Amino acid sequence: MDSQNAHLAVVDVVGVRRKVDLGLLLDEPPVPGDWVLIHVGFAMSKISEADAADQMQTLTMLGETEAAMQEVRGYGLENEEHDQRGQRSKL
Amino acid sequence: MKYVDEFRAPELIAKAGEEIRRLADPNRHYRIMEVCGGHTHAIYRFGLKDLLPPNVELIHGPGCPVCVLPMGRIDDGLSLAAQPDFIFAAFGDMMRVPGTHGSPLEYKARGMDVRIVYSPADALKLARNNPEKHVMFFAIGFETTAPSTALTVVRAKAEGLHNFSVFCNHVTIIPAIRAILDSPDMRLDGFVGPGHVSTVIGCRPYDWIAKDEGKPVVVSGFEPLDILQSIVMLLRQLRKGEAKVENQYKRVVPWEGNRAALRAMAEVFELRPYFEWRGLGFISQSALKIRASYAQWDAEQRFSVPGVRVTDPKAAQCGEVLKGVLKPAQCKLFGNECTPEQPVGALMVSSEGSCAAYYNYEHRKPVTIASAAAN
Repeated sequence: MDSQNAHLAVVDVVGVRRKVDLGLLLDEPPVPGDWVLIHVGFAMSKISEADAADQMQTLTMLGETEAAMQEVRGYGLENEEHDQRGQRSKL
Repeated sequence: MKYVDEFRAPELIAKAGEEIRRLADPNRHYRIMEVCGGHTHAIYRFGLKDLLPPNVELIHGPGCPVCVLPMGRIDDGLSLAAQPDFIFAAFGDMMRVPGTHGSPLEYKARGMDVRIVYSPADALKLARNNPEKHVMFFAIGFETTAPSTALTVVRAKAEGLHNFSVFCNHVTIIPAIRAILDSPDMRLDGFVGPGHVSTVIGCRPYDWIAKDEGKPVVVSGFEPLDILQSIVMLLRQLRKGEAKVENQYKRVVPWEGNRAALRAMAEVFELRPYFEWRGLGFISQSALKIRASYAQWDAEQRFSVPGVRVTDPKAAQCGEVLKGVLKPAQCKLFGNECTPEQPVGALMVSSEGSCAAYYNYEHRKPVTIASAAAN
C-alpha cells in the first residue's frame, strides 16, 4: 500500500513489482497478501482461493461419477437380479 | 496456489476432453460461441479445438475491442491529434490498426507524437508531465476497461488537469450479443460468456439469453481447463434441455459484478443513442459517451470531430468473420494480402482478433517431429 496515494498499491506480477490502482475495489479493499485480477493498471477483482480450490476439486472429479455409475451397472449381482425379476432394480 | 499451472494440468485437460466427447450427442451438431476475444486467443494458443469432437464447433464472437471499432473512428481520432502540441496516447494493440491513411504507428513515423500506454492512468501521467501539451487518450474496450477510463477522468477532474481528454470508444457487450442473436444467418446453441467483462457487470445481464432465447450461458475463465469446463457445463445443460446462466469463473467473477466499477462508469458515462460497429453496423444504445458534467475531459465535446464514416476495404470480409458467419481462413485476403505483419483488417492486428490468433497458432502451426512422423 502507498502511504502517499491511498489508492495505489504495489503488486507482485510473476516476480515483477508493479504499482496498480485499487480505486475500483473500494467496496472490498484488498489487504496485503490478497491475489487480485489486474487489467490496464487497475485491480478489477479479488481472486478467491476457496473458489479456485473448489473448482480444482470439481475438475478432478470430472467423469468419475459416470465411471462409478458404469461400475455399479456392471456388477454381476445386479444383472442376476435383473434377470430374475425381469425388470431393472433401482438401488 | 498460483492460479495458472493448476489450470493447465495435462491429465485434467485430457479428462475434460473425454468428458466433452462423452456428453456430446453424436447425432447433433453443437455451435457454441465464445463471445470474448481473450477466449478465442486461448482456444488457438492452447490448441483446444483439437480436443473437441468434430460436432462441437466453436464460433468466434465479437468481443475484441480493436476489431469492432470502425475505421472512421480511428480516422477521427488521428485527425484530432494532428493539432499542434498534441499527444495521441493509446494501448499497444491500437498502434498497427489501419486507418484510411495509415495506422497510428505510421502517423508516428510521419512525425505525430503518438505514445503507447499500458493504462489510462499512464496517459494521465503524460499530461501531468507535459503541461505545455494536450494529451488525448484514445479509449477502447468493453466494460472491462471502461471503469478504468472513468476513474481516470474522475482523477483528472479532481486534480484540475485540463490538458487531458479522452476520445471515448467504449462499447457494451450485451447489445452486441443481441445483434448476433437477431441476425438471421446465425444459429447458436449456447455461449461461453466473457470472463473479465463479467467481473464488472456480473452474471445477471445474461439472464435474457437463457430465459427469452432459451440458450445456456456459462461465464468462463481463460485457462485451458476453464474453457473446457465451461464447454462441459454447456453440454450438460443442452443434454438436459436446460438453459440457464452459470458461473464457471467463480474465483474471479462475483455474481453481482463490481459495484464500485459500475458506479465509476455511471458517474462519467452515459449511453450513446447508437454507435457503429464493424461488421454489425449501427447498434442502438451499445456504446458509452462522456457526460456533460465531464465535457472538459471529452475530446468529442472539446474539439470538433469530423465524424468520418469509412467502409472497410471491399475484399476484406472482417464483418462476416466478426459475426461468426465465416472462419478466418475463409476470407479471401487471409494469409495472402492480410497477415499480422501487413494487416488489412483489424482482426489480424489484435492478439484477441480471431484472424491473428488463427494465423499465429493454426495457419503457421510448427511441424513437430510427431506430426511429421504421422505424415
